[in-house]
Amino acid sequence: MMSTTTESVLVAERLTKKYEDLLAVNEISIEVQRGECFGLLGPNGAGKTSTMKMVYGVSPITAGHLSVLGFDVQIHPREVKRRLGVAPQEYNLDPDFTVLENLLNHARYFRIPRTEARRRALELLEFFRLTEKKDSVVEHISGGMKRRLILARALINEPEALVLDEPTTGLDPQARHLIWEKLIDLKSRGITVLLTTHYMEEAEYLCDRLVILDQGKILAEGHPRALVQSIIGEEILELVPSDMESALTILKANPKTMRYQIVGKKLEVFAQDPKSLVPELMDQLTLENFSLRRATLEDVFLHMTGRELRE
Amino acid sequence: MRFLRDLYRLPVLSPLCWTVWQRDMDVYKKTFKVNVVPPLLEPILYLVALGFGLGIFIKEIDGVPYTRFIAPGLFSITTMYAAFFECTYASYVRMYYQKTFDAIIATPVNIDEVVAGEILAGATKAFINGGIVLGVILAFGLVDLRYAVILLPLGFVAGLLFASVGMICTAIVPSIDSFNYPIFLFITPMFLFSGTFFPMSILPEGLKVLAYALLPLTHVVRIARGLTLGTPEASLLLSFLWMLAVSAVTFILAINLMRRRLIQ
Repeated sequence: MMSTTTESVLVAERLTKKYEDLLAVNEISIEVQRGECFGLLGPNGAGKTSTMKMVYGVSPITAGHLSVLGFDVQIHPREVKRRLGVAPQEYNLDPDFTVLENLLNHARYFRIPRTEARRRALELLEFFRLTEKKDSVVEHISGGMKRRLILARALINEPEALVLDEPTTGLDPQARHLIWEKLIDLKSRGITVLLTTHYMEEAEYLCDRLVILDQGKILAEGHPRALVQSIIGEEILELVPSDMESALTILKANPKTMRYQIVGKKLEVFAQDPKSLVPELMDQLTLENFSLRRATLEDVFLHMTGRELRE
Repeated sequence: MRFLRDLYRLPVLSPLCWTVWQRDMDVYKKTFKVNVVPPLLEPILYLVALGFGLGIFIKEIDGVPYTRFIAPGLFSITTMYAAFFECTYASYVRMYYQKTFDAIIATPVNIDEVVAGEILAGATKAFINGGIVLGVILAFGLVDLRYAVILLPLGFVAGLLFASVGMICTAIVPSIDSFNYPIFLFITPMFLFSGTFFPMSILPEGLKVLAYALLPLTHVVRIARGLTLGTPEASLLLSFLWMLAVSAVTFILAINLMRRRLIQ
């Protein structure tokens, strides 16, 4: 029914999820195009997982509309799930089975014939560098391997789109980079990816577009770099002044200063051209330290969602 | 009202529920050696201790040697334990600790089919364990051969019933320790008071009515005994219909209660 070049894989309109007394997702609208890697970013409790669970049809929506791969998830959950690959946040591999058996057993839920399932399973184990572990019990493999196996499992039905809920949380850098590499590879084969994360480098590295969610609402949307540019600017000036009070007075008086924030002893200054501020500040202040750094998605994130801790 | 209507909603089932059954059976096969020992040893122990030990003093009940009297009781108890424990502790571990059900419902299999598959697996284990006990009591010569084969499907239906009851418990217990309540309040009384080791006829009238109304095992034992002694009578069909009806109701209840627990 949709055959244009920019085909929507996911359309959410005013999507809402309410648990007994908690509004987890509050009228969010997003659209994900085929072949895109789309990120949902947000602190804990922002509504990321609730959104994902609605997308892969295990959590009924409270209000709004949600269609995935052209199907209304509420009406045709099986059609949606048949075409999706899901990697949930928790490790829910089957501990009663080996690595290979986990894939074969999962394939059966999709009615994939035995020999075909075996072919795909071995191929996926190879792709995720798990071939050597194929007969190991899943409890005996490392966290990184479990994550890769969960991804392999999500691909057993040759899905059109992947739904990944925090695919690298808790992994060491090596394990994380290996997963990133594999996701880039999958993306290049045209698989649409919807992912949640609270690792900003991950989002910057993988996502074509993303939304920042907090308390069930979308705070910002766009290409990661463009978001940084528009919300923070290219660079951030970091100062450690010996006298914070006078530094603030001087900064406030300077018309170039857009915003600033105090982080411990450090002062972060956001400005159009922060470099040009340096000589002026040097004239008037003694600085223990100062540096210019490239603004990151993390700055956007902290700016949008605040610095207080989320439990 | 909405709450009650949801409890009796008809489940949405397809043949995909057998993929869940198949999963449990695969695990059962992997651990077959450990699984087969209890149903093989337990009836032998009971027969030796109760039948040949206690039986020396009892000799016979209603004209039936004591070992022959308790043999159908042992068969029935085995089906109850196999199905009930499978769909309580084992299912709870899969649901809560292993998150197995969460993984399955992210595939085309829905939650109703997961629960149905689990109950079918529980019933199948009752069928297998019942079959093993049947083998043992046959070997001891305690069964009328003419009707022995009917005990197999009886084991499966009894299994469906106790698996569904177990699954209802799984859907409502706050934690795995809470299974102690249904075991002490329901399973153990059935083990003792369902005509297993002494005839129902000695119970006071009121208790007897209560037992037949509330304890499913009384019906299983009654049918099994009629078959092993070779004295089936038409009224056993009533017991069987009671079992079928209760199985159907508890099966639907179990699915809807589990759905309420897992889908939010």
